[in-house]
Amino acid sequence: MQAFSYVPARTLSEAAEILAREGEQAKCLSGGTDLIVFLREGRRSAKVVVDVKGIPELNQLSYSPKEGLTIGAAVPCYRIYNDAQVIANYPGLIDATTLIGGIAIQGRATLGGNVCTASPAGDSIPILIAYEATCIVVSRNVTKAIPLEKFFLGPGRTVLQPGELLVAFKLPPPKPNSGAAYLRFIPRNEMDIAVTSAGAMVVLDEAKANFVSARIALGAVAPTPLFVPEAGAALAGRPVSDEAIEAAARAAQAAARPITDMRGSAEQRKHLSYVMTKRALLKAIERARGGS
Amino acid sequence: MSNKVLVTATINDEEMSFLCEPRQSLLEVLRDVLNLTGAKEGCNNGNCGACAVIMNGVLVNSCLVLGVEANGATITTIEGITPKEGLHPLQQKFLEDAALQCGICTPGFIVAAKALLDKNPNPTEHEVRFWLAGNLCRCTGYDKIVRAVLDAAEIMRAEKQTA
Repeated sequence: MQAFSYVPARTLSEAAEILAREGEQAKCLSGGTDLIVFLREGRRSAKVVVDVKGIPELNQLSYSPKEGLTIGAAVPCYRIYNDAQVIANYPGLIDATTLIGGIAIQGRATLGGNVCTASPAGDSIPILIAYEATCIVVSRNVTKAIPLEKFFLGPGRTVLQPGELLVAFKLPPPKPNSGAAYLRFIPRNEMDIAVTSAGAMVVLDEAKANFVSARIALGAVAPTPLFVPEAGAALAGRPVSDEAIEAAARAAQAAARPITDMRGSAEQRKHLSYVMTKRALLKAIERARGGS
Repeated sequence: MSNKVLVTATINDEEMSFLCEPRQSLLEVLRDVLNLTGAKEGCNNGNCGACAVIMNGVLVNSCLVLGVEANGATITTIEGITPKEGLHPLQQKFLEDAALQCGICTPGFIVAAKALLDKNPNPTEHEVRFWLAGNLCRCTGYDKIVRAVLDAAEIMRAEKQTA
């Protein structure tokens, strides 16, 4: 691995200062499950590695019924899926964080890292988009809030500029009668990268018979994780019915623009966009109606 | 750029200070600097679990941790699981149940299994299989490994009751 210097940052301003000074030569380290491999393989280079997981703002995990959920960018998966508030209020996040890697990966891997690696198949991303997550980004002079679906430019590329640091995600509180789920298709049971995945969040009316609104996002079917507003629009205001779900799944399928690679063909991924959307919706509806 | 950094960590209940380059992984430091060669390098990218250690109570792959990140940490390696005399029940059962052939994956499996049993002394077979999904063995298949972990868990529960 190339040589670099290591700075364990303790405050946001300290990290922002170094990132401003070093620009693209600085890389942020949180869980390291991607970055250390990328540096070792020469896929990324760094003069300075800034360890950001000692910064309090990147380690917060807090929920309030009014403010919703704040997840620091450097909070590892195991803390998220062991958190009672996340388990009670954001079960779709449990779906995603429990299937990223194995136990030893979940002990280190973070949502901030998953998002900044910007793989189209990143498992935390579709469900975070479905939950309407906003990214809090800080640089030396500015704090910005960016909706997660606007964060990605292409494989491995995000809107983050040199000098900017992803600090946390903010998720609004769950709406009454809502439910969400994340599912991925892989050819084995565990420990794989999604061929196609879907995250869905539905809001039902009081009778739990009609859709009020829905948000659906897909993984591994486009150069970036893909938010599909058309699929949500196909549900809003309609009765919870096979026809409405079918229409949403077809809308997701139409939006998918996958490639063929070692994990699956474009044709298979098109089909899976339909199947996984349908299944994620059914699970989200079940949860909105009080199921687990 | 290759300036070495002084790191102090508690490793296997012993406070140790060492010099390492920021680019060195914790695995390299354990093996090449501290001569703790129990943790193995398999894939060096987080897929195989042969380098597993317990860091601040959390199971991690030491190839995906920088040595400098260990500053102030408490780390347990396979060497720390081995008692002064005899063997840990996990080690004993891996032998008795023939849960290894070449042995490269064994330290990682035992460290991972220890982390599981610390948290859950009475896991189901499903829970053991799920927990060990990040450890690869290319010789034996997994049945004997899973059985050894379940057998060791039984012994450890019995020891705890009589203790």
